[in-house]
Amino acid sequence: MEYLREVLTRQVGGYDQLPEVLQIFLPMLLACLLCLGLVALIPLIAIWAERKVSAHMQDRLGPMRVGGWHGWAQTIADGVKLLLKEDIIPAQADRLLFKLAPLVVFAGGFAAFVVLPFGESFIVSDLNIGVLYIAAISSLGVVGIIMAGWASNNKYALFGGMRAAAQIVSYEIPTVLAILTVVIPVGSLSMQEIVKAQSGSVFNWFIFQPVTFLAFWIVFLGTLAEVNRTPFDIPEAESELVAGYHTEYSGMRFAFFFLAEYANMFLVSALATTLFLGGWHGPGFLPGPVWFILKAMALVFVQMWLRWTLPRLRVDQLMHVSWKVLLPIAFVLVLAAGTLALI
Amino acid sequence: MTLQFANVLVFLGVGALFIFVNLLISSLIRPSKYSEEKLIPYECGENPVGSPWIKFNIRFYVFALIFIIFDVEVAFLLPWAVVFKDLGWIAFIEGLIFIAILVVGLAYVWAKGDLQWVRPEERHQ
Repeated sequence: MEYLREVLTRQVGGYDQLPEVLQIFLPMLLACLLCLGLVALIPLIAIWAERKVSAHMQDRLGPMRVGGWHGWAQTIADGVKLLLKEDIIPAQADRLLFKLAPLVVFAGGFAAFVVLPFGESFIVSDLNIGVLYIAAISSLGVVGIIMAGWASNNKYALFGGMRAAAQIVSYEIPTVLAILTVVIPVGSLSMQEIVKAQSGSVFNWFIFQPVTFLAFWIVFLGTLAEVNRTPFDIPEAESELVAGYHTEYSGMRFAFFFLAEYANMFLVSALATTLFLGGWHGPGFLPGPVWFILKAMALVFVQMWLRWTLPRLRVDQLMHVSWKVLLPIAFVLVLAAGTLALI
Repeated sequence: MTLQFANVLVFLGVGALFIFVNLLISSLIRPSKYSEEKLIPYECGENPVGSPWIKFNIRFYVFALIFIIFDVEVAFLLPWAVVFKDLGWIAFIEGLIFIAILVVGLAYVWAKGDLQWVRPEERHQ
């Protein structure tokens, strides 16, 4: 942000003559639009990549025709198709909640991008409560999912919505507790402070330290469940619930749920990158933001890999893992991190 | 500081605007030929029987309650973790007591069988 304002002052003639409100507001808007571009672009690539990855894991080729080279334009074609689709709202649906739900899911995930540290000066705003903020605003999505499930007037959708809510709230607690093991040694909730605490050699990254190494896997599993990915995808289990909470959505409204899902995949991977994988730190031959996005995309790839490798858990197994396995381990890890920070 | 949070408002606003504009474009170019059949809730081709707004499993409610307790705990632990190194062993012992109280709660819920999706006594009936 500050960097962006500096660039604007230097490059755009007469920028410092603008009214002060505009001087503050324009960089904000510009940074926001850049993030919006990223949020639109990453799912475009990730959806295509997921189809290719799944195809190659099953010894198929996946999309090959649209756009020429390995069907790279497939997602764009799908997006245009969704734009042209009829928008159907079931007869007895709760229309207001039905229309509001995609907005809540998308805007909640998008607003979390405010604190993602792409580079040393590439961050929209380094809030001093960054980690708390990201945990709070990304769970806004649950509200949207329940709204969608409830408003659809459809049994599958309601079941999907309720399951999603139970699952997301269950996994949030071990996740945030595991994040505490990073906050304790750093002594700050700011995302940039956490990245800076991992500077120096690769072995300063939190993933290479004993307690936080275990915490990384809890955070990875917890966030995997929070974005409803396999093996935790029972809210949208195709074989029993059709499509879960977005069964009744069509056209652009469905597109936003889809966009939000992939944006959230990137978001949680970026969060894990910041906390455990050294954020934008990396060997000097590539700039920081490139390292950050590469690491996050590598984690997104692991999520895809898991989806095409593992079967889906049952509801009771899902609850068992969260409350009886991850939560006690997370408690022990918090105390272990505390002891380590003191001795 | 307050200005930093203005970013959040800008993001929420632009996010909402993005959705609105896309839906507007879509509404201008998409067909809309509705019929009664299209507006029936999807149930694999069958006509739905009864309302979907039914009494759902009470377990969802129990988990929501347990979640609230632990979420409040986590909210208290976050500032604790930030000042942990400054306060030293006092913070550690206080945190230990705080966590211990909640672990007792967790043990209680665990022993009652409420952490299982299907409670043991229900299974026997």
